[in-house]
Amino acid sequence: MIKLSNINKIYNSGTINETCLFTDFNFEVKKDDFISIIGSNGSGKTSMLNIICGSIPIDSGDIVINGNSISKLKDFQRSRTIGRVYQNPAMGTCSSMTILENMSLADNKGRLFGLTRGTNKKRIDHYKELLSQLGLGLEDKLGVKVGLLSGGQRQALALLMSVMTPVDILILDEHTAALDPKTAEIIMELTDKVVREKQLTTIMVTHNLRYALEYGNRLVMMHEGNVIMDLNAEEKKNADVDDILKIFNRISLEKGNSL
Amino acid sequence: MALLLSVFEQGFIYSILALGIYITYKILDFPDLSVDSSFPLGAAVSAVMIKAGINPYITLPAAFLAGGMAGLATGIIHVKFKVRDLLSGIITMTMLYSINLHITGGQANIPIFSDDTIFKLSPLRDKAGAFNTVIVIFVITLLCKIIMDLYLNTKSGYLLRAVGDNETVVTSLAKDKGTVKIVGLIIANALVALAGSVMCQQQRFFDISMGTGTIVIGLASVIIGTNVFGKFSFLKATTAVIIGSVIYKACVAIAITCGMAAIDMKLITGALFLVILIISSVKKGGAD
Repeated sequence: MIKLSNINKIYNSGTINETCLFTDFNFEVKKDDFISIIGSNGSGKTSMLNIICGSIPIDSGDIVINGNSISKLKDFQRSRTIGRVYQNPAMGTCSSMTILENMSLADNKGRLFGLTRGTNKKRIDHYKELLSQLGLGLEDKLGVKVGLLSGGQRQALALLMSVMTPVDILILDEHTAALDPKTAEIIMELTDKVVREKQLTTIMVTHNLRYALEYGNRLVMMHEGNVIMDLNAEEKKNADVDDILKIFNRISLEKGNSL
Repeated sequence: MALLLSVFEQGFIYSILALGIYITYKILDFPDLSVDSSFPLGAAVSAVMIKAGINPYITLPAAFLAGGMAGLATGIIHVKFKVRDLLSGIITMTMLYSINLHITGGQANIPIFSDDTIFKLSPLRDKAGAFNTVIVIFVITLLCKIIMDLYLNTKSGYLLRAVGDNETVVTSLAKDKGTVKIVGLIIANALVALAGSVMCQQQRFFDISMGTGTIVIGLASVIIGTNVFGKFSFLKATTAVIIGSVIYKACVAIAITCGMAAIDMKLITGALFLVILIISSVKKGGAD
């Protein structure tokens, strides 16, 4: 499904701040995988997502999705088959536009944005139905500007928008990190439901070890640009938060960090 | 009375350009200085066409197109060559100065006092008398506003609003944000040049320096409009911008009638803009 091969990425190349993040990095994602990725800050989790989405360029290597190399495609061209939800709830929606306008935009992804009416009135019922599944009462607030919604509501909307049109891959970049525990729980359950229903290949970066264990069928720990742990569904079931935390701390200590 | 008419005439003309600046400044968040030259560009195109005996109503779409080209230039400089927004506008503005002179055949001033204009050929001319000019201008302004309102509610218009709001969303919709910005700049400069065309015909001459301060007048109109009248939800932003433009022109006219000399026009224009900026920042809780 997704294959990263021999990825090399150096930040600030040629300066004293030069940091080598990935050296001959390889990673493979199978179809219908739901991968949770954990790792300390600077381990390369988000960079990997950015590399897949084309938000940051790579120095060398190849990225293949469904057998086609996408390394040469620009970020917006890659978006056609990728849905993405960001850590910051403000990133996935337009705050000065209403819920209805945001949904209409998302509904038209992959098609021409021409001079026809921005909102298709016939689709409004469909939007309401989608929103009512969130259980947040947003279906009655279609005319409200998204900027007035809470972070959780915005994130739920962003998640909904990212998968409104058929996508193959869902990228979740710490998408519950900015939410309170209760809302994070709701968004996480919603995510799981969406992924199952639409059978999406999903990569989720998270700092929440419990979510990482609870959701998905594969768990990957990254450290300094390498995969240092890769558990399949079976191994994941038998692991618990304490085991993971131990490994986490050990790596940290090896690098001279105190707890 | 003549003064009041002149305020409305000028106010409505400048509201056409303010609609354009509303797109760049408010929607795209792009400080586009190229308008200082696309305004006289529209005027130059119109004056030359009128001198050549072409129907003045044809000059309006011609000026609109010419302005669009100027916006395209700024857009390409900014998006394709990755030059900063402010500098892209300055580059286009500077280069256009010479191009405007080329269009006029090197003349810095073209009088069209005795030639046909959209006002002379207006079907209302006999009936409306002194109101003829203001009515013609108002109709053009109203048309621009209605078309812009319609456009902002199309899919393309949604995308334009989205790119100014949150570029990431546009990228995730598999659309090139750069192209959307270029479209916005084209429309904005087209409107500004259209305003230049109407202005040139209202004052019956083209002058190469008539664009100086256009950006300030436009920004002031947009800021007055959206800050003062944007609160009223029954008013569309485009309507608010038009009202803002008329109010701004009225303020300038009051300053002139209170004894300021005509050469102080730009001084007043700038000072009033400053006052508006200070007031709106105080309202927001003080300047930082």
